[in-house]
Amino acid sequence: MSDNEVAPLETAFGVDHHVTTAEAPERPAHEGGPEMVQLLSPEGERVPHAELDALVDELSDEALRGLYRDLVLVRRFDAEATALQRQGELGLWASLLGQEAAQVGSGRAMRRQDYAFPTYREHGVAWTRGVDPVNLLGMFRGVNHGGWDPNEKNFHLYTIIIGAQTLHATGYAMGVQRDGDVGTGDGARDTAVIAYFGDGATSQGDVSEALVFAGVNNSPVVFFCQNNQWAISEPNEKQTRAPLWHRARGFGFPGIRVDGNDVLAVWAVTKQALDAARSGQGPTFVEAFTYRMGAHTTSDDPTKYRVSAEVEVWKHRDPIERYKRWLTTTGTGDAEFFDAVDAEADELGASVRERCLSMPDPQPSEMFDHVYASEHPVTAREKEWFAGYHASFEEEGAR
Amino acid sequence: MSTTTIAKGITSGLRAAMEKDPKVVLMGEDIGKLGGVFRVTEGLQKDFGEDRVIDTPLAEAGIMGTAIGMALRGYRPVVEIQFDGFVYPAFDHIVSQVAKLHARSLGFVKMPIVIRIPFGGGIGAVEHHSESNETYFAHTAGLRVVACSNPHDAHWMIQQAIESDDPVVFYEPKRRYWDKGEVGDGPDGALGSARVLREGTDLTLLAYGPMVKTCLQAAQAAQEEGRSIEVVDLRSLSPLDEGAILASARKTGRVVVVHEASTFLGIGAEISAMLTERAFYELEAPVLRVGGYNVPYPPSRLEEEFLPDLDRVLDAVDRSLAY
Repeated sequence: MSDNEVAPLETAFGVDHHVTTAEAPERPAHEGGPEMVQLLSPEGERVPHAELDALVDELSDEALRGLYRDLVLVRRFDAEATALQRQGELGLWASLLGQEAAQVGSGRAMRRQDYAFPTYREHGVAWTRGVDPVNLLGMFRGVNHGGWDPNEKNFHLYTIIIGAQTLHATGYAMGVQRDGDVGTGDGARDTAVIAYFGDGATSQGDVSEALVFAGVNNSPVVFFCQNNQWAISEPNEKQTRAPLWHRARGFGFPGIRVDGNDVLAVWAVTKQALDAARSGQGPTFVEAFTYRMGAHTTSDDPTKYRVSAEVEVWKHRDPIERYKRWLTTTGTGDAEFFDAVDAEADELGASVRERCLSMPDPQPSEMFDHVYASEHPVTAREKEWFAGYHASFEEEGAR
Repeated sequence: MSTTTIAKGITSGLRAAMEKDPKVVLMGEDIGKLGGVFRVTEGLQKDFGEDRVIDTPLAEAGIMGTAIGMALRGYRPVVEIQFDGFVYPAFDHIVSQVAKLHARSLGFVKMPIVIRIPFGGGIGAVEHHSESNETYFAHTAGLRVVACSNPHDAHWMIQQAIESDDPVVFYEPKRRYWDKGEVGDGPDGALGSARVLREGTDLTLLAYGPMVKTCLQAAQAAQEEGRSIEVVDLRSLSPLDEGAILASARKTGRVVVVHEASTFLGIGAEISAMLTERAFYELEAPVLRVGGYNVPYPPSRLEEEFLPDLDRVLDAVDRSLAY
C-alpha cells in the first residue's frame, strides 16, 4: 500500500492482521484504553481527575507557561537537528517529534538531585535537565561518543544498546539506597532515578532484569517507557502480547499508563511516581502512550511500514496544539506570550545551527585519550607511534 | 608471612579492601550466606552486611548492568561471576559499557569495577564450567585483564585490582584454589607486571593462572635432564608486561607460551607476534605455543587430553631446543 492511500481504520489499526492463532492477544486499545490517565483531551479540554487535579492546581501560571515554552523550544531544536542532518551536517538524527510532552512532562517532574538515564532520543529530557542541546549533537555529528559530564546535570550519556541503561539506572538507585538518600523526608536529599526506554526495549532481557533487580531491592527508580508504537519498523504487536504497563505487576510494583501527548498528565503521573520512589515506596513503571511522528532515525523511511492514516490520527493528538488551546482558554497564555516563545525558538534554532557548524573535529590523537583512567602501555605506545607517523609526513612536506 | 590457599588469599584480600574503603561492595549469586560456590566470599556478608555483600538475582547481565550503575554512583563493585562459561550474558555490558564509558565521557566517568571469574578446567565439571575466555576481554580496549596463580598474588592482586580506577577482569585458577603458599607483606610489583618465578638460561616458559604450576613442574623435570628453564608468570594479560617478556626472551633465546585457552588467536599468538616484531634476531627458535585445541571444552572424561600437561610442555621444550 502506498502512503497516499488512506486505509480503512480497521486495517490501519487492525487487531488481527499479524495474529495466526485463533485467540487474539490482549492488546492496548489504539486510543490508550479507558485506563489511560489523561488531563487534557486532544481538543485541549481539561479532563477532571480525582487524584491528580490537586497536583496540577499547584502549578503556577508561570510554571504552566514554562511547560509550553519547553515543548516549543524542544520541537524547534529537534527540527533544526533534522534539517542539519538533511544538509549533511549530522550523520544521523533520532527525532523526538511527537514525544515532546512525554519528555518535557517527565523531565520537569524531576528534582535537581534526581538522575536520568536516557536512551538516544531524550533531547527533551536533556533540555529540562539543563544540558546544552549542542552537546547532544556531538555523537550524531561524529565528533565524540558522548560529550558531557553526566554528573554535572545528573543526565547520563545517551545509550545506544537498547535497554542497557535501565540496568544502569537500577544500579544507580541501589547506590542511592546505600547512601541513605531515600525516605529521609528531606526534600533536597531524597533521590529518585528515572530510566527512559521505548516500547521496543521492553523485549530486551536487560529491561526485564532491571525490573527484577528494582523490584526485589525496592529501589527508587521510575521506569519511563515511551510507547511510541514503533520499534523502527516493527509495531507493538511484534513486541508484546500484553499492554506494557501491565508488566509491572508481575515484578511486584505498580504500573500506570498515561497519555504521553498530554504534558500535564505526564508531569503529574511522573511526579507521583518519583515522589513515591524518593519516599522509599520503590519503583513504578510508567507507560507514556505516545507516537513517533517521524522516522526512527533519519536513516529509515516510515512510509514503507506504516500508513499515512495512522499518522493523521496522531497529528490530531499533537501535544503542543492541545496544550496551547488550553492555555488560551484559561487565559494563562496570550498571543503576545506565544509569539515571544516562537521568536525565542527561532533564536534557539539559529544558535544551535551556528554552534553545530562551528563544532571542531577532534584532534586525531584524541582517540587514544581516556581509553584508560591510568596509563596503558599499548595505548601509550600506539599514540606515540601515531604522532611520529603523522610527523613524518610533515617532515616530508617540509623537504 | 602466613600460609594460606589461593581461595582464602582472595578472601582476605577482599576483606582488607572492604575494611579500607566503605565504597567497596561485592555483588553476585550465592555470595552471601553460602560464601560463593567456591567459598571465596565466606564470612564477608556476616561481617559487612547485606548492603555490601549483595546476593543478587540469578541474572548475569543484571549483575553487571547494576554494577555499572553502582559505579556511577561512586561505589567500587566487585562482581563475582560464578563460572567462566556464565559470563556471556554479561558480555555486552562488559565490552560495550564498562570498557567504554571512561572514553565516551572523555574521562568524566570512572568504572572501577572488578569482575572476578573462576576459570579453567581440570575439575571434572559439566560444560560451561571449565572455559578460558580471557582473550575476549583482553581484546577489548578499556579493560585490564589479570590472572593470579598463587596465594600471595591472589591476596595482593585482588586489592590492587579493586584500587584500580580502570575496570579489571580478574581471573582465578579454580583448580588451584586450594593450593597453599605463603603470603608476604606487600605486592610483588604493580598490577600489570609479570614476575619471574624461576630463573633459567636455556628457554623461557610463559604462563599464567593454572598453567603456572604445570610450567614450574616442567621446569623442575627438565632440570633433571640438565636443562635450565626460566618460568615467567605473566599475571597480566592486558596489558602484557612486554618489558619482562622481552627481557626473558632475549636472555634465553627460546620461548614457549602455555595456556589452557585455544591457541588460535589466544594470548600466545599475541606474544609470538610481539616477539617476532621486536626480538626476531635474538630468538634461536620460533615461539611455540602449547594450549587448548580449537574445539569446545570437551566432556570431562576427555579434559586431560585437552589440557596442556607436563608432557606436552616438555615436548614443546624439546622441539624448541632442537632448533
